[in-house]
Amino acid sequence: MIPELGQFALILAMLLAGLQAFFGILGPAQKSDRWMAAVTPAVSGQFVMIATSMACLVASFVANDFSVAYVAENSNSALPLFYRVAAVWGSHSGSLILWIFLLACWSLAAAFGTSRLPKPFASRVLGVLGLISFGFLLYTLATSNPFLRLDPPWPDGQDLNPILQDPGLAGHPPILYTGYVGLAVAFAFAGAAMLEGRLDRDWARWTRPWTTAAWAFLTCGIALGSWWAYYTLGWGGFWFWDPVENASFMPWLMATALIHSLAVTEKRGLFKSWTLLLAVLAFSLSLVGTFLVRSGVLVSVHSFAASPTRGTFILAFLIVMIGGALALYAWRAPLLKSEAGFELTARESFLLFNNILLVTACATVFAGTMAPLISSALGLGKLSVGPPYFNPTFLLSVLPLLALLSVGIHSRWKRGNLGDRARGIILTLIVAAVIGCAIVFGLFTGGRVLSPIGVGLGVWIILSSLIDPIDRLRRHITIPRAVLGMTVAHIGLGLFVISITSVEAFTAESDVALAQGATTQLGAYEFRFEGVKPIEGPNYSGVGGTVIVTRHGAPVGVMHPEKREYWVQHTVTTASSIRMYRTSNILIALGQDLGGGRWSLRLQIRPLVSFIWLAAFIMAAGGMLAIADRRYRSARVEAPAVSPIGAVTRSEAG
Amino acid sequence: MNRFTIPLVAFALLVVVLAVGIRQSPDKDLIPSPLIGKPAPDFSLPSLTDPGQRVSSTQLRGHWFIFNVWGTWCYACREEHPMLLKIRQAGVIPVIGLDWKDDRGDALSFLKDEGDPYQSIAVDHDGSEAIMWGVYGAPESFLVDPQGIVVSKFIGPITEEQWRQQILPRLTMSAGAGSAAGSS
Amino acid sequence: MMAYRRYLLVAALAASLLLWALPAQAIAPEQMPTPQLEARYLALIHGFRCMQCQDESLADSPVNLAADMRREVRDMLLAGKSDEQIRDFMVSRYGYFILFKPPFVLKTAWLWLTPGILLLVGVIVALTVIRKRAALAATDLEDDDLTDA
Repeated sequence: MIPELGQFALILAMLLAGLQAFFGILGPAQKSDRWMAAVTPAVSGQFVMIATSMACLVASFVANDFSVAYVAENSNSALPLFYRVAAVWGSHSGSLILWIFLLACWSLAAAFGTSRLPKPFASRVLGVLGLISFGFLLYTLATSNPFLRLDPPWPDGQDLNPILQDPGLAGHPPILYTGYVGLAVAFAFAGAAMLEGRLDRDWARWTRPWTTAAWAFLTCGIALGSWWAYYTLGWGGFWFWDPVENASFMPWLMATALIHSLAVTEKRGLFKSWTLLLAVLAFSLSLVGTFLVRSGVLVSVHSFAASPTRGTFILAFLIVMIGGALALYAWRAPLLKSEAGFELTARESFLLFNNILLVTACATVFAGTMAPLISSALGLGKLSVGPPYFNPTFLLSVLPLLALLSVGIHSRWKRGNLGDRARGIILTLIVAAVIGCAIVFGLFTGGRVLSPIGVGLGVWIILSSLIDPIDRLRRHITIPRAVLGMTVAHIGLGLFVISITSVEAFTAESDVALAQGATTQLGAYEFRFEGVKPIEGPNYSGVGGTVIVTRHGAPVGVMHPEKREYWVQHTVTTASSIRMYRTSNILIALGQDLGGGRWSLRLQIRPLVSFIWLAAFIMAAGGMLAIADRRYRSARVEAPAVSPIGAVTRSEAG
Repeated sequence: MNRFTIPLVAFALLVVVLAVGIRQSPDKDLIPSPLIGKPAPDFSLPSLTDPGQRVSSTQLRGHWFIFNVWGTWCYACREEHPMLLKIRQAGVIPVIGLDWKDDRGDALSFLKDEGDPYQSIAVDHDGSEAIMWGVYGAPESFLVDPQGIVVSKFIGPITEEQWRQQILPRLTMSAGAGSAAGSS
Repeated sequence: MMAYRRYLLVAALAASLLLWALPAQAIAPEQMPTPQLEARYLALIHGFRCMQCQDESLADSPVNLAADMRREVRDMLLAGKSDEQIRDFMVSRYGYFILFKPPFVLKTAWLWLTPGILLLVGVIVALTVIRKRAALAATDLEDDDLTDA
């Protein structure tokens, strides 16, 4: 009964999405107020239907309804309730429902958020969103229906993949998808602008908060994924340049470029076609990422159950949405001209380089990710591309970007006036360089040439970001939330750079074989292995090891790495033990039973690794802070930000 | 074409690549073997049936043979087994087995129960021979010509279609050439 | 009865897929006699892709095949082979696919050159735009005082 209700709700949702698209796009074209008035109810209706459908799926999982194929494939009666709910998006079909649900949430938010904007524009935005919803609902119902029944039902389910039985499953996909899907709003804003044939500074101001919000969620989602991989896979890695990881990183790079480009468009009406293109490309990359993960064209441990049918369908959808948007772009973008100028050292100039370098970085990741596909499509043989390719080529674009940030942040709009700030720039550079070298060569030995550069760049970014706020505080000028948010986000970035450099340069690891009672040393730490004993969990059993960790003799803690065998799927997972001690992470993973009480263990000391994710969350927080700025309250740009000729006053006091 | 159509054109190229990718995707896990066209590795390994004897590549020089990597732990190998028996029945090409990281007792009883399609079976106890052939899963089979060159590699169970379209034609071709040379 | 059989079939298929992989644990401390060899060993096994779990390196993969291949690498190192010879050994049997770092040969040149070329093009585009805009700014006599962010 409930699964049928869920499926029926999906069908209704699809119809409502179709209506939303129809009225949203054709209403303004026909200048019909009645049609435009129908859009928001369609959005609300669609949301209710999808929420119902989602609820039905969750209910089926909670109730252990193994007559539903999807539940039977991804759950089990011994699975704890928490994971039974999270299992809803544990595999392809359910994750699509999550995707669609989040799109409905964003659409509803957009409906309310655009209610004070001009009706034709708002209708078009929602119309485009409706088109996307329709496509995904059609795809789901046609190829990936999660409500399909098994007749007769299975006595019990196959259980959720043990690697997914982790709190990370509850957090990472929903938050990541919120970001992914949120970029659709920016896409819709771009689409509406192109349909109208108009793009002005107001448009940029309307689009900014939505984009920044999606960007913040995407930042958190990627960070959570990385963190989850770190403590779940057991080998201490947190980024593998895996195609699926890249699929989420590329939209992030585009979205970062977009939020900066929007700033220029809002401020000076420049970069209009750039911004438009970025808005289209950011969500397009989200869609391409969805394709890559579900079509089976790429080798990846993350990819969902793939099939050529699903792949073909998504490809058709891509052609319609992305092809359509880019065709609109080719048609409308030439109309967007502006006559404003700026100097070489102006803020616009730095932001232009920011755009270019981020897009280049994104294109680099894209090339590497698609290379195996391109190579075999062109008959050039089977290629494999891994970190040894991505790391140097990515840094090629990103290192200059990080350096430019620290200089550009001081630059004024239009005229640059860097000369005024030259002293500050040079001072921060020197301090950063000194700290970089001191930390790297003083506290640690070894490291590579990039280590002082990495740390130096990170420190420079933090110092440079602080100069203007501190200056404002000293002069008792209020710092607008937008500036505060920007500062926080950039500081987060600096911290991120420092942490990653530190982890890459100073990680110590070793694989050892230890008998019970034996000790080994790694770095400044001693590890004493106390043997293993059997353990049992709600749906698994295995062995748990005990390791006593000390540092220079002083106790640090007792750690318990485990090896678990899940009863239903008979898979063995390594639950490594991770402990944070004074900014470093200690990681211990159980390896192999070598017989006679001896076990092999992997030990790792990773300095500052937790700061990587902390930094990412700080970046996201900065973004959310910036959105809260008062300027986004009103629908129109207020008094011009340009003061009359000759006056050199600080116009904005708060 | 102005610069604003560049993204659209680039996207069109991408679609072509993705479409080809979808078409090729069932094969995406099949790594083409670099051994094709090169001499097969020489080997001399203990025989499964009689550990005192050895199965070696020198014994096989001068004939076509199929080198089949299998193990009793491998589900797909059991699926392939009837096909191998068929090949044995056809009697035109011997199948040499490589029992890969298997238990001798299990292997012998499997062959007793299900039938033995092999002319001889070499034992790879520690996996090093399989690595010499670039094997990364079972079953995998290699078609080797009388000069000892690897002609083709089959990943996964040999299918009826592969037997008819890829293996048999080469045998008859070479037999035809051989008889033509012999008769002159 | 039907359902039970189908369930058994699915379970058997799943189990056999797992049997096929036959996991051995990934951490096998095949420690080398000298630190230099140890460093070379670690570098090599991190640079090879596991052919069965194709997303993991030889160092991290838990399957039996990876353990065998690590052993081969170890034996070759102890026999005095150079890093290049060991890589060639693997590539000649498994193809370039086994390397995480795509080689720089004619077939892969496009991949390695693309980032640099894109960067160059990007910088040229940026400078071109800036030149045009700077010219506009030079003729613009307004002395604006725009606020930041």
